[in-house]
Amino acid sequence: QLDHGCALHTASKDCLSAVSSQDVPAERPRAVFHTSESDPAKHSEHHEGRLYNIPLEEVKAVFPHGLPYRFQQQIKTFNEARVMVRRPALELLAYLKGSNFSHPAVRYVIYGERGTGKTMTLCHVVHYCSRQGWLVLHVPDAHLWVKNCKELLQSSYNKDRLDQPLQASAWLKNFKTSNERFLGEIKTQKKYMWGRRESTEEGRPLAEVVEQGLARVRSASDAMGVVLRELKRQSHRGSFRLLVAVDGVNALWGRTTLRREDKSPVSPGELTLVHNLRKMVMNDWSGGAIVTTLSQTGSLFKPSSAYTPQELLGKEGFDALDPFVPIPVPNYSPREFESCYGYYLERRWLQHEKARTEDGKAELRFLSGSNPRQLDRLAGPL
Amino acid sequence: QTLRLICTTTAVQRKNVGASGPEKYTEAFIKKQIEEFNLGKRHLANMMGEDPETFTQEDIDRAIAYLFPSGLFDKQARPMMKHPTEIFPEQRKIQWGEDGRPFHFLFYTGKQSYYSLMHETYEKLLNVEKYQDQLLAQGLPLQKEKRNLAGSRWLTKIELEEMLLEKLSDDDYSRFIQLLQKLVALPCADMEEKYIQKFSKEVPVQLQKVVIEPLQYDERGVAFSTGEGKRKTARATAVVYDNGTGKITVNGIDILHYFPVLQDREQLLFPFQFLDRIGKHDMVCTVSGGGRSAQAGAIRLASAKALRSFVTEKEVEFMRQAGLLTVDPRVKERKKPGQEGPRRKFTWKKR
Repeated sequence: QLDHGCALHTASKDCLSAVSSQDVPAERPRAVFHTSESDPAKHSEHHEGRLYNIPLEEVKAVFPHGLPYRFQQQIKTFNEARVMVRRPALELLAYLKGSNFSHPAVRYVIYGERGTGKTMTLCHVVHYCSRQGWLVLHVPDAHLWVKNCKELLQSSYNKDRLDQPLQASAWLKNFKTSNERFLGEIKTQKKYMWGRRESTEEGRPLAEVVEQGLARVRSASDAMGVVLRELKRQSHRGSFRLLVAVDGVNALWGRTTLRREDKSPVSPGELTLVHNLRKMVMNDWSGGAIVTTLSQTGSLFKPSSAYTPQELLGKEGFDALDPFVPIPVPNYSPREFESCYGYYLERRWLQHEKARTEDGKAELRFLSGSNPRQLDRLAGPL
Repeated sequence: QTLRLICTTTAVQRKNVGASGPEKYTEAFIKKQIEEFNLGKRHLANMMGEDPETFTQEDIDRAIAYLFPSGLFDKQARPMMKHPTEIFPEQRKIQWGEDGRPFHFLFYTGKQSYYSLMHETYEKLLNVEKYQDQLLAQGLPLQKEKRNLAGSRWLTKIELEEMLLEKLSDDDYSRFIQLLQKLVALPCADMEEKYIQKFSKEVPVQLQKVVIEPLQYDERGVAFSTGEGKRKTARATAVVYDNGTGKITVNGIDILHYFPVLQDREQLLFPFQFLDRIGKHDMVCTVSGGGRSAQAGAIRLASAKALRSFVTEKEVEFMRQAGLLTVDPRVKERKKPGQEGPRRKFTWKKR
């Protein structure tokens, strides 16, 4: 067993040793909304509704890509990353803790209305898994792969499919940042040919494959395919746990806005990246878990009121993902709303005098409908 | 003191045709018109399949509106069939006989009916004074029942002209009214009550106090009340329940989804925020017509009206002053011919 402990980074070791696991509220009122419990593994029901801090170095290591844009801006403004502990996340963590890794990987689908915190839940789970020492395969938004792609190459591996070198190389770079230590340890099991001259022998560390993909941008998508296949094959051995976290999984089975040079539309199955990812999301491997999120915001050709798995995935996607564990994410409960409001107040984000009164709070609650995104947007100009 | 007419309605400002000049229609002509009208009435009843004997004026109006539908706004311009006395205004008959001698003794004053009226009224005044003196002589107490002047008004100048079929001047009118007031002021004016009533009119009760409906209770025992509102072309009904959490549903959809724009949600928030009852009531509304803003305004009015039942009278007065209870009269203005829009004119070209 490879011993990972809780250390991801040499620097973060120091932070962790300073973390205390006590949760006693201090005299200052700030602790009512916050918890000093920085390890998601120790989060439980009585942490619900509170915000916990992720040290900034960890953020850079674990989430090179994947946090929502507005949250990244908030991190920059407040100089700290505070994530709220919410019930769906706790539920997921409980499932993950109790799951049996010799069985095929269980699929979890996080769904909910727009702006209720699905991506943040996913990030919470990713943080937990990376703390526990899993190998995290985080796809920040699958919609980015099916729309607005400037370059499409014909795949050298399979004549029918199309490559997307830019997206693949960007993803490989971020993958490298988040899972560096694994890349040196996992070895390839097969020999791979990149074009006519270059090849990777059997038994070489995965880091070489990734380097190959980054150096030769043309073969980046194939490199990604190789990485995924290796990880899938080797996860059942038990040397590491694999978490596949995909945001916006409904992009894999919808339609694309891409067209070939002869203006014929491309279906997602014809893209290498999508094809490989679909294979990962199948539950024919064991030794890990698959956590996915549905997203209406980036989805193509779907009405804005659709949020259930059935509507957003379509028949094809639903059959492919079935069976899965659905996890709905609701709007803020009154307690969560209070803590979010208290956090904004404490960081002096709400500057308006009336925002500090009880009436102001009631008004904010009414106008935002306890929706996290609405509250965030409302509190911005105040 | 001169009485001046401060404000008159358009109906009252009509020209008084009857008092203008000598006869325009002969009596025989009017009689013939009346006969024709009755015949026509029977024919119309026959056409409509109703009984000619019991065909009233309302039935005639309905039948004419059905047979000759008209979209004109002015009711007077639409086709109508009424009794000739209503259509042809009353006019003075010839006031002198065959030998040229006038019938009335005051003919040569020029305003014979006005002066005869003044004489009559003064006669009544003198009678009342004489009666008063008699009572005083007998030592009996004078009756002091004041007429209720609050609910009545004197005839206007135009109405008086119509009655007398003569043109009057403002000065004449004011003198007549002063005389009437003097008559009414006397304690024993009750005996001339009937005469005075000929010149006074009831003023309709104008203060319609808005009735605030009491709270109703549904099966679970929760108090609720309904209200209706409109704005432009949108019509809304709102049911506000007590003991709620502040959840609002519009046409079965949550307000966050129905009104994605913040401005509309602020409109809905306003009545509750004004009364400091943001999280206390639930609301279920139905709305149709109009656009996004109009629907929000309509629901706002409906919810304010519904909240009246939950709130004290003083707060209702505050709401009314804040403008929460008034229907917004602004509607889309009509486009005029010769202009591009309601106000915008075509581009002016010098040549």
